[in-house]
Amino acid sequence: MKTLARKRRHPAALVVLLLLGLLVTGGAYAVTNSLTEAKSAEQDQALIDEGRQLFLEGCSSCHGNQGTGTETGPSLIGVGAANVHFQMATGRMPLAGPAVQAPSKTPEYDEQQIAAIASYIASLAPGPAIPSAADLNTSEADAAEGGELFRANCAQCHQASFQGGALNDGRHAPNLTPVSDQLIFEAMLSGPQNMPVFSDSSLPVEDKQAIIAYINELREAPAPGGWALGSFGPVTEGLFFWTVGIAAAIACAVWIGAKVR
Amino acid sequence: MSKAEELGGGLATFVDERTGSNAWMRKNLNKVFPDHWSFMLGEVALYSFIVVLITGVYLSLFFRPDMTEVIYQGPYVPLKGVQMSDAFNSALEISFEVRGGLLMRQIHHWSALLFIGAVVVHMFRVFFTGAFRKPREMNWTIGVTLALMTIFAGFSGYSLPDDLVSGTGLRIAEGIMLSIPVVGTWASFLLFGGEFPGTDFISRLYGIHILLLPGIILALVTVHLILVWHQKHTQFAGPGRTNKNVVGYPLMPVYMAKAGGFFFLIFGVIVLISALVQINPIWTFGPYVPDQVGAGTQPDWYAGWMDGALRLFPPTEFRLFGYTWVMNIFIPALIIPGLVSISAYIYPWLEAKVKKDDREHHILDRPRDAPTRTGLGVMAITFYVVLAIAAGNDLIAIGFDLSINELIWWLRIATIVLPPIAFLVTRRICLSLQRRDREKLTHGRETGRILRLPHGEFIEVHAPLNADERAKIEAKVDVEALPEPAENDESGVRNPDFKKERRWSKLSGWFWRNNIEKPTDHEIEHGDEHIAEQVELEKPLREIEDKVVIGHDGSTLHHPGQPETNKEQYEQWVKDHPHPKSDPS
Repeated sequence: MKTLARKRRHPAALVVLLLLGLLVTGGAYAVTNSLTEAKSAEQDQALIDEGRQLFLEGCSSCHGNQGTGTETGPSLIGVGAANVHFQMATGRMPLAGPAVQAPSKTPEYDEQQIAAIASYIASLAPGPAIPSAADLNTSEADAAEGGELFRANCAQCHQASFQGGALNDGRHAPNLTPVSDQLIFEAMLSGPQNMPVFSDSSLPVEDKQAIIAYINELREAPAPGGWALGSFGPVTEGLFFWTVGIAAAIACAVWIGAKVR
Repeated sequence: MSKAEELGGGLATFVDERTGSNAWMRKNLNKVFPDHWSFMLGEVALYSFIVVLITGVYLSLFFRPDMTEVIYQGPYVPLKGVQMSDAFNSALEISFEVRGGLLMRQIHHWSALLFIGAVVVHMFRVFFTGAFRKPREMNWTIGVTLALMTIFAGFSGYSLPDDLVSGTGLRIAEGIMLSIPVVGTWASFLLFGGEFPGTDFISRLYGIHILLLPGIILALVTVHLILVWHQKHTQFAGPGRTNKNVVGYPLMPVYMAKAGGFFFLIFGVIVLISALVQINPIWTFGPYVPDQVGAGTQPDWYAGWMDGALRLFPPTEFRLFGYTWVMNIFIPALIIPGLVSISAYIYPWLEAKVKKDDREHHILDRPRDAPTRTGLGVMAITFYVVLAIAAGNDLIAIGFDLSINELIWWLRIATIVLPPIAFLVTRRICLSLQRRDREKLTHGRETGRILRLPHGEFIEVHAPLNADERAKIEAKVDVEALPEPAENDESGVRNPDFKKERRWSKLSGWFWRNNIEKPTDHEIEHGDEHIAEQVELEKPLREIEDKVVIGHDGSTLHHPGQPETNKEQYEQWVKDHPHPKSDPS
């Protein structure tokens, strides 16, 4: 021990000690990690297999046995788990019938099955993943900035208070009021139907969070001016005016103008 | 004399001694106005205009028509830190920080909508009753100008807050200006002070909105009312009402009280709506940025028909002299509204010409008595409504799950097909109503009572019309269509105006086609006799028996102890044959 005690002030001691510490922690991490990785890989494989089975049963007639697409359905190679989850959790897929645009309806599959199919599709080729809880955490997001982004990127189809808007030939951008944060995030990631893709490189995660925060802010805030008439703007205001407003004024005129009998 | 009367009398004397006002007041306070609810539609417009003025003054204390870019630091979180014009910033301040500001904004906006709406409804009342006829053509043109001014006033106010929706509206207005051939670009540059949107326009528009347009409207309203005062109000036909008198109540106290109460009623309705129903939530639209536009961006209803025309008009542009001529904006946004306004202006003269009518009219027409005019009015309304619906085509498309492209085609067809159908149907209905009126005049009112005569014949008893209804129907004036002109006069000289006169004569013939002529005095007299006869039949049967011999077998109508009249006999029969279900026991 004497030698060690003597050498402890040696200039190299610090370096040796650091190396030693790094080696130990690094080694320990590698060992445990490889254990869990192996375990989760096993689980992943099970999920993928389940997904593949479900895919073959329910999706392959249009999308092909390998997910490479047929005449009736597009290829799913590289679309990513986010796309699969969005399409299936909103009930758009499986498609009820041919239409200009897949309507959202009650989902046919539960979350577990959707996750399985999503991981199967993701295993075919890399694509945008289902957003994590951290991705969906909007507590740090700037809603006002989200508003600016929303008006610049979303309002031209979804309308300023996101009641939705008409596109050509019967297509439409849906109302976002009942849509969950995760689905909005996934829609931006994957660009379903006629929506453009807002990838993380063109619209970073923080910006997506800001947009969701803005939508939530408007969704939760009560209309300060009273009944919002569906937030459709001047059309419903005009309709209200011609049905209730002018009718009330004319009723007053009839009342005042009525002959005393 | 009470203290108050003394004080009032003293004041009146004081003013009278200096201005000689008593004679004037006496004459005018006793002025008589006819009574009908539809005569109060113009008042609705006037009162909502007053409300617009009052709330507008309040808003002008806080609004800044300034295009300086600022960073929003107010209490509305979803816009915090956003760059915007000071105009939008101050509009948000009014909405969220100024005491009562949001309510004032909403009252201002709702009452503006009511103002324009009441003007339109009032205008159609005047049109359908023919109140625009001589001597009131001038007041009609003032009214049409007023209607146009209210639309401009509305649009200029809608554009002031500089939010995303109003900015888009201005962008469209600029596009319309640009579409004017030759001068469009210069006109737009002049108005906006350069390229759109620039920094000048909001402050210029502010001056137009709070000074120029209200000034013009106020002046025209004054002239409008002076003319009503001077020419006296029209009245509907009725007993004792002629073209030379006015039957109604005096201004003081009846109409003072009615009008005062009516003002507060209208004010109350507006405030109630404004306090309960949100309008123009500029904070959700956000500040105007020229490269942004939201889905579902629409103008207020009064500009909707022009927006609809823009949405429906098919793309048409051509190149001439090396320039592109953009007709798909110029025609729907300027030519069509221009034609509509011009036809409104000239209609009174047009109608007078086809009627060759230069008499004064103070008794109103019933709409059915002028079928072509009523048809034209309904046709105009149909045209207007179809275009207004087209302005909301995107909302209709999502609301009813339709294809907007197909919807546009259907609306294009409807714009052309529906108005003529509306015209024909309305004219038919009017003519049928006239036939019914004619029948009423010659046969009396159907009572629904069936009378069986002793020899077995069944008749329905007709009763005489009451005086009100009779006067109304009899007031109809039949006008002959213009005669077909002769091509050559007696000496064989060709009439140089022959073609022109023939055109007018044809138009006149079309205007009066299928006119149901009012029955002649003889026919009415005959009808009266007939009715009197039937009334006679319902008298006690004994009396009829004494007077006329009825029945082929010599039977008697009445036996002693029996009920006297047909009615009483029937009631007796009902009593003798009780209905099993209606018997309470």
